[in-house]
Amino acid sequence: MTPASALESDRPAPDTGSYLRLTGASKSYGAVRALADVDLELRAGEVTALVGDNGAGKSTLVKALAGVHALDTGDFVIDGKPTTISSPHDAVAQGIATVYQDLALCENLDVVANLYLGQEPRHGRGRLLDEEEMEFNTRRLLDELAVRTLASVRTAVASLSGGQRQTVAIARALLGTPRVMLLDEPTAALGVAQTAQVLELIRRLRDRGIAVLVISHNLGDVFKVADRAVVLRLGTLAGEYRIADTNQDEIVAAITGADVLNQNERNHA
Amino acid sequence: MTAISAGATGRLRALRSTVTAGRGRSNDLSFLPVLAALAIIWLVFGSMNENFISPANLTNLTLQIAATGTIAVGVVLVLLIGEIDLSVGALSGFAAGVMAVLNVRAGLPGLVAILAAVALGVAIGVFNGLWITRTAVPSFVVTLAGLLAWQGALLAVLGGTGTVNITDPGITRLAQGFLPAWLSWVALVVVLLVVAAGSVQQRRRRVAKGLGVPNPSWALLRVAIAAGVGSVGVAVLNADRGVPYALVLLLGLIVVFDTVIRRTRLGRHIMSVGGNAEAARRAGINVNGIRVFVFAAAGGAAALGGVVAASRLFAVNQSSGAGDLLLNAIAAAVIGGTSLFGGRGSVWAAFLGALVIGSISNGMDLLGYVTSIKFLVTGAVLLLSVTVDARARERRRKAGGPA
Ligand SMILES: Nc1ncnc2c1ncn2[C@@H]1O[C@H](COP(=O)(O)OP(=O)(O)OP(=O)(O)O)[C@@H](O)[C@H]1O
Ligand SMILES: [Mg+2]
Repeated sequence: MTPASALESDRPAPDTGSYLRLTGASKSYGAVRALADVDLELRAGEVTALVGDNGAGKSTLVKALAGVHALDTGDFVIDGKPTTISSPHDAVAQGIATVYQDLALCENLDVVANLYLGQEPRHGRGRLLDEEEMEFNTRRLLDELAVRTLASVRTAVASLSGGQRQTVAIARALLGTPRVMLLDEPTAALGVAQTAQVLELIRRLRDRGIAVLVISHNLGDVFKVADRAVVLRLGTLAGEYRIADTNQDEIVAAITGADVLNQNERNHA
Repeated sequence: MTAISAGATGRLRALRSTVTAGRGRSNDLSFLPVLAALAIIWLVFGSMNENFISPANLTNLTLQIAATGTIAVGVVLVLLIGEIDLSVGALSGFAAGVMAVLNVRAGLPGLVAILAAVALGVAIGVFNGLWITRTAVPSFVVTLAGLLAWQGALLAVLGGTGTVNITDPGITRLAQGFLPAWLSWVALVVVLLVVAAGSVQQRRRRVAKGLGVPNPSWALLRVAIAAGVGSVGVAVLNADRGVPYALVLLLGLIVVFDTVIRRTRLGRHIMSVGGNAEAARRAGINVNGIRVFVFAAAGGAAALGGVVAASRLFAVNQSSGAGDLLLNAIAAAVIGGTSLFGGRGSVWAAFLGALVIGSISNGMDLLGYVTSIKFLVTGAVLLLSVTVDARARERRRKAGGPA
């Protein structure tokens, strides 16, 4: 039997080789240039933080990796092989799991149905859904995420709070055995305790050898969990830093473009 | 104090999850409005005219709603994915016309002609689905065009006489024939056994997984209600001519699609497309494929409804599939509790809604009301049920989190 979630996969010790490499990523929405010639590398067992101001292109990059919006240009190398990702299905097949900024849940379906959407198990060789298996794993997964506020996993998502929905979206990404986990502002709607829980979860995913990409506007959180930070500004790469070798001021400067200004001033001086 | 209230909340929560444990739970309650409406309508007409609740009239009622209900099954599916199909009425007439011509003029056996008509309906549904998904023209417009086109196609296949009479018992038996009494009872017992066995099996599986199981009396109550309603229904119909084949066909169609919707991947994906098509797409679901399937199913159901209507009328003529058939089918789906906004509803809505509309029409006929009043009342009931749906949606929106 395959493990039910990423948290319990029996994958061997993490290696830190490059698992996914994207080069020359560009994407325009009409006249808006959302990404221009961006390179990104995700390594197994490493947490990469993707930071940048609103509209910098972070979600666009995540959606490209998840196959939601195809890039105009950009080459993927995954697990050493050149690959294309042109649909969500391709991304899932490559072991890429995603928590979207807008969560992408179906409000009319219950928590269990949302978790398993698109990968529902069936009874034996029959055609009918294995509701018991789904419900059992959903409860276990939510217990692992320490979700105690959910009265029933059979509640429709429509009646959940923002934080509860976010946890459902995260739990959904943990199903199966992803190799890459993309988290677009996973803690935006969460309270203090639940945020700490998700940060802890990110560390556990990393220790499992999963390549994690996390977007956050909270640099405190970034410095708590990330190994590297990649900065986007106006759709272009504005810097890449090892967290151990940098500080928040340097990252803020890269996000706002103050570093460029400073350099220009120095050049003019 | 805190400990006590915490304990009480815990118990309350445990109670709530036991009540809601298992499949199909909360759906049981969503039928309440339409069942209440049905009870009121039957009480009112029953008290005003003793013939209303008579076996003969109730048998007539099931025959009157058979075609509308069959077409409404397809309408429910289309509404579930948040689309609309305005062509089902005209399509039912066109398909019936093709069946009649194949049977009467080309001499094909009744069953073959019926299957050809249903295949035509499915093919037209596929065409609708492909046109809608490929060109992104709204389903409202594509199927409105179909409404006009298939009316024209019906006139064309009927030719100069404008009507084709059907005498082949292979076709007319559908709406004129009845199950032998013994067979209807056997069928009922088999259905009840399957329901009970399914509920026992589900219980065992939940226990095996350590999941909460609903109180056994709930499961018993459900089977008991099904047994009660089923045997009263069968007894009443058998007191007259028997259970019509057309009713068996309608209920069979509903059971099949209800099972698909609630218990298969395909059904889950249909509901997800209606709830949030973009989320479904990101989950790797072939959203356009689902849409095409649903329009194909609606086309097939519409054709089948047209066959039933023709069988009841012994003929197909220029007004087959016209008139209030389309509006009644859509109204039935909505009155039965299917949301116009997609993602919410049950295939059973087709039957319950058709029963409401059929009862109003039948009861007012008995009381000698003119058609104008009938339309006014049916319109008011429709408005009421859409308002209930819209208000429920508004409440959900407000109750939902900040997202
Ligand atoms: N579907 C779309 N259609 C048109 N323009 C879009 C679309 N999605 C994003 N954009 C534009 O692309 C740019 C980058 O948007 P993106 O959502 O990637 O930003 P972001 O870095 O995720 O911002 P935030 O921190 O606010 O989430 C913005 O200028 C945005 O307006
Ligand atoms: Mg974003």
